Amino acid sequence: MTETDDTGLLAGLLAGIAGGGIRVVDLTMTLDRHVPTIVLPPEMGQSWPFRMEEISRYDHRGPATYWNNFSCGEHTGTHFDAPIHWISGKDLPGNATDTIPPALFVAHACVVDCSEEAAADPDYLLTVDRVAAWEAEHGAIPPRSWVLMRTDWSLKSDPVQYLNMDETGSHTPGPDADLVAWLIEERDVVGFGCEAVGTDAGQAQHFAVPFPCHHMMHGNGRFGLPALTNLDQLPPTGAVVIAAPLKIRRGSGSPVRALALVEA
Amino acid sequence: MTTKLPPPRPKDPTKRTRLPTRPPGNRSREAHGLTAMAAAGRFALQTCADCGTVQYPPRQVCGNCLGDRLQWRDVSDGGRLLAETTLAHSNDLFFRDRLPWRLGVVHADAGPSMVAHLAEDCIAGARVRLALSIDRAGNAVVTARPEHPTPNPEDDRQLREMTFDPKDRRVLIVDGKTELGLALVRAFAGAGARQVYVGHAQPWRRSPHLDAAREIDAATLFPLDVTDTDSVEELAATIGDKVEILVNNAYHLRMGGAVGRMDLNTAHDEMAIHYHGLLRLAGHFGPVMRARGADGAHGAAAWVNLLSAYAWANNPALGTYSASQAAALSLSHCLRAELAEGGVRVVNAFLGPIEDEWHQLAPPPKLDPAAAARRIVAGLKAGVEDIPIGAVAEEILARRAENPKEIERGIGL
Repeated sequence: MTETDDTGLLAGLLAGIAGGGIRVVDLTMTLDRHVPTIVLPPEMGQSWPFRMEEISRYDHRGPATYWNNFSCGEHTGTHFDAPIHWISGKDLPGNATDTIPPALFVAHACVVDCSEEAAADPDYLLTVDRVAAWEAEHGAIPPRSWVLMRTDWSLKSDPVQYLNMDETGSHTPGPDADLVAWLIEERDVVGFGCEAVGTDAGQAQHFAVPFPCHHMMHGNGRFGLPALTNLDQLPPTGAVVIAAPLKIRRGSGSPVRALALVEA
Repeated sequence: MTTKLPPPRPKDPTKRTRLPTRPPGNRSREAHGLTAMAAAGRFALQTCADCGTVQYPPRQVCGNCLGDRLQWRDVSDGGRLLAETTLAHSNDLFFRDRLPWRLGVVHADAGPSMVAHLAEDCIAGARVRLALSIDRAGNAVVTARPEHPTPNPEDDRQLREMTFDPKDRRVLIVDGKTELGLALVRAFAGAGARQVYVGHAQPWRRSPHLDAAREIDAATLFPLDVTDTDSVEELAATIGDKVEILVNNAYHLRMGGAVGRMDLNTAHDEMAIHYHGLLRLAGHFGPVMRARGADGAHGAAAWVNLLSAYAWANNPALGTYSASQAAALSLSHCLRAELAEGGVRVVNAFLGPIEDEWHQLAPPPKLDPAAAARRIVAGLKAGVEDIPIGAVAEEILARRAENPKEIERGIGL
């Protein structure tokens, strides 16, 4: 392909993005000091929150430059969970951010709108039956797709409401354990994404198999993509999600700038 | 009875804020022996080991027998006020700002006669009680109060320059979510603080102590996370020019040392709160507090750090915690020197294990948080600089003074 060739596959893509019918939707939360990280019992190891310190701002520390140092855990804000994140995926090949084949970071997305259910019940669990009903309307989930659970949870800008903690833990929606197994075995998904702080429901530590989405998805080489936003701007099918983690050696995940390409 | 100070009024925005000045500052090495005694709240003077003569002012050899074995000993704090005078003029900028100023000569029961700053109710010829106080320049001076307390001592205009009574002052308690934080809010509100600002981090973690603090009339809650520069900056921009006593009580205690549990994340969190947290508070609240050191009778007065007694001697069971406390202690000395330029005093309280959830496995004796908070308020009223609180802290301090190597090896108290 030459520079002037506008008939290639990518040229079509670029023309689409440049006003020819492809929208780029940002699925990413802004990383700042308010972005919540998962809350664990205080005696356990803790993920660092997002913090930023100025290196210089056109001042005596650097007259021509503005830049910052920042720190955070790998699983902060909108982020990618690699299989090595969970003990069930620790021995899989290609299980870390530096070894996952990069083609897997670009995938089709199916978006299941659970916003009404989540508004009615913060502990709402997405089930096989509910996804089967979705499929009856939109067709079967194609292999190697993301399944993204839209709840509009990301509209909660107050971290207290977003995490929704009480003395029994967090109350946020997520997938039912049976659905997770079904998505892997019957639909060969690339992973599961959602708007809450983690891919599992807030109460998932109390389930028969704790944190089933982490345990089974990662145990089967699949990924997680929590804390997404703007899922309301995606169609039920047809969007392409680009979510590449930083290439950290043996990284268990990383904040991502998740983008979706949507045909207008 | 001491004349009551008029209650603080909202500040006149058209008036210039008086700049801080300091009383004469230079002291000899010997004279700083008095500073050490004042810092600990002791009334101790040099006593000659040969002839027993009590010396004042401090010197290198005995004024009576020229012996050089002068030892600091606690002596009687009683005395009689022989004469008093009121300064109407001074060439010193500090005293010019505060005239008239009463001074007197006291004949101490311990022997020497000394010039003292007088409480309002001291009468010539009457018995007085002496104390070593630390002035705005950070040096020890002698103060005299009536032998029997008279009403409203906390309103004494002159002695307020050397003490930090919370009455009518606005206080920031950095962390209101712990047992100790709540106890501090109660103690400062009980001591008449005009406002108690209460910081709280991580709003998604509930705290019954913060809920209780919320119910206290003088208390106002503000988000504050000392690990977050923007959060500290934001609160300093909101209330920094009102805080007259800052109490940094944020702490993060986890068990473990360097070999048995080498955990850099925990060590990082300890440093982020104890050392970098103090640094952030200093950088954002320090400048405005220093500038308000002479802002009327209720200007910025004191910065209180709650430190662990293990800042003095590392407890290997809490090895990285102790190290981060030592870092904070060192930084507090930097802060002390810098805030002294504005006449704002840094007070360090040293605590042993307290009765809270994180000290569950620490053996008794453990400090009652309410008692510790009361002790801190009492220390501010007395104007001391270092406040060891509880049996563990006092023992570490005493053993360290006696033999630092012994306490280093035998810290397992």
